[in-house]
Amino acid sequence: MNWKAFLAMLSRDAHVARRNFVPMVMQTMLQPMLFTFVFGRVLVSGGMMTQSYQDLLIPGVMAITMLMTGVMGVAMPLIAEFQFSREIEDRLLAPMAIEWLAVEKILGGMIQALAAGAVVAPAAWLVLGRGTAVSFSNVAQFACIAILVAMMSSAGGLLLGCSVGQTQIGLLFSMVLAPMIMFGCAYYPWSALAAFPVVQKLVLINPLVYASEGLRGTMTPHVPHMDLALVIGVLAVMNIALIALGLNRFVKKAVG
Amino acid sequence: MTASIRTRDLRKVYDSPAPFAAGIAGYSPMGTPGPKGKAKKSEVIALDGLSLDIEPGVIFGLLGPNGAGKSTTVGILTTRVRPTSGDAQVCGIDVWKEQVRAKRLIGVVQQRPNLDFSLTAREILSFHAAYFGIGSAERAKHAAELLERFQLSSRADELVRGFSGGMMQRLSIARAMMHNPQVLFLDEPSTGLDPQTRLLLWEIIREYNKSGKTVLLTTHNMEEADALCSRIAIVDHGKTIALGSPTELKQSIPGGYLIRARFSGASETLAAKLRQLPGVSEVNADGGGIDIYASRGGPLVGAVVEAASGAGLDLLDVHISEPSLENLFLHHTGRSLRQ
Ligand SMILES: Nc1ncnc2c1ncn2[C@@H]1O[C@H](COP(=O)(O)OP(=O)(O)OP(=O)(O)O)[C@@H](O)[C@H]1O
Ligand SMILES: [Mg+2]
Repeated sequence: MNWKAFLAMLSRDAHVARRNFVPMVMQTMLQPMLFTFVFGRVLVSGGMMTQSYQDLLIPGVMAITMLMTGVMGVAMPLIAEFQFSREIEDRLLAPMAIEWLAVEKILGGMIQALAAGAVVAPAAWLVLGRGTAVSFSNVAQFACIAILVAMMSSAGGLLLGCSVGQTQIGLLFSMVLAPMIMFGCAYYPWSALAAFPVVQKLVLINPLVYASEGLRGTMTPHVPHMDLALVIGVLAVMNIALIALGLNRFVKKAVG
Repeated sequence: MTASIRTRDLRKVYDSPAPFAAGIAGYSPMGTPGPKGKAKKSEVIALDGLSLDIEPGVIFGLLGPNGAGKSTTVGILTTRVRPTSGDAQVCGIDVWKEQVRAKRLIGVVQQRPNLDFSLTAREILSFHAAYFGIGSAERAKHAAELLERFQLSSRADELVRGFSGGMMQRLSIARAMMHNPQVLFLDEPSTGLDPQTRLLLWEIIREYNKSGKTVLLTTHNMEEADALCSRIAIVDHGKTIALGSPTELKQSIPGGYLIRARFSGASETLAAKLRQLPGVSEVNADGGGIDIYASRGGPLVGAVVEAASGAGLDLLDVHISEPSLENLFLHHTGRSLRQ
């Protein structure tokens, strides 16, 4: 393994990400912040939502932001780099096995997703008027879930980025990401779906469900949530599957 | 001494359109568009048993018409295209068994420009060298030298998406030289360069070669091959059809001179008559057009005219060319490069 090449590629991505920092932040943060404000403040103060709804929002918004940052942070550059310009070619020719370039993409996406989560959670807390009770009592558990969520997001970004062409980015949003967010249990706990048993079973294929429920379980344990051991197990299995599939697609796409 | 580049019976069969081209044209997320049966039919044999031996320290030219398999050969030797069968070695290392070791030895300029559009020219060179583990002080120094050499210093700190085609081409070549590779692959390096810049490039390639490095370049330009290469292979339909130094190859053309003549009609008897003329070594007739390979040029035209009037035909047009790689190419492939 050639760490020098690996780190150089990571610093290249960091360099480019820094250049696109402002639009990137707008793209991933604005939407959840607006949502937090409208649902957590406007509707609550208007009496249309109960005060306790605020407690649900912070982990949910954090899960969505991490998911979108990881997916977008890996998939969008990858789609562009594999397009006509073949910008990725120079890195494929570096003296390092090409699978490591995919690993580098995952690591870069994880760092972005974790950073976005670390910014959006306190920001949402401020928007909500600092009243909500968020606990970080079990740091190891929180870190483990956050890292698994970040990894899942960027591994998903790798798989999507290697499976989708430039012309299909619109479809990616409307057909994949939008339903994932709506049925991701980010704005309501999974147990709230009990009235719709079929939907409740179907959403279990959605990785965001485990991200939301996991973060909810560790940050706001008093809100109903899935068993955390189960969540961690499913996240781990999904990660392994996404990484294996993503690497496979990446290599197929990279070599003619 | 081990050959710098060695291929044995390379075959490459592409069985679907290029993956990224398909991604744009088609609408299917998972690769090949259309029904599976259809995709099978579009099998293309790009290489059909290509073998090459290239000694260290030469400038080797790969010549061939469009679609001959030049870029595919370069792609296989540079880990970018997986061969269907056959061996490819660079400096004794099997490219497909030890990819990372092979990649350390090579520098590549691909036919399609593939610069990193998110970076400036200087950053492109610097990051490239960083991928090869070169320290930052040395990177900065070498990048500045190459930018100067390729006359890009004044634009060095601009994003390359604003560069002209020729500037991108120059930067791609500079990038491939950044880590001083033992073997440099240049796939049509002079496309898009103005005549003056082309001369500059030739000078740079010769200089690079003088330091003991091997260069493999592909080109359609006979003048370029003649001026630069010490050995040439002509490929067509994925096979080598001629191999040697430019001088050897030119001497191998029957006769040397080529007289292309057009008559008012076709006649087999005329062709047969022309074959009898002294100094004529080969006659290829195709309708009213006849190619005559001969050991003399102008002095033969009188005899050709006479033969034509004897067959009841008029000479409409005649063109004489001296021994050249252009004629060699025409002789071997039946196609002119200029067409
Ligand atoms: N990725 C690909 N998918 C399918 N077919 C391909 C692919 N790349 C090349 N081919 C086909 O393989 C054959 C050889 O192509 P190649 O690019 O090696 O030719 P070339 O000699 O470099 O031509 P040119 O002078 O036009 O660059 C062509 O018929 C081409 O259509
Ligand atoms: Mg080519």
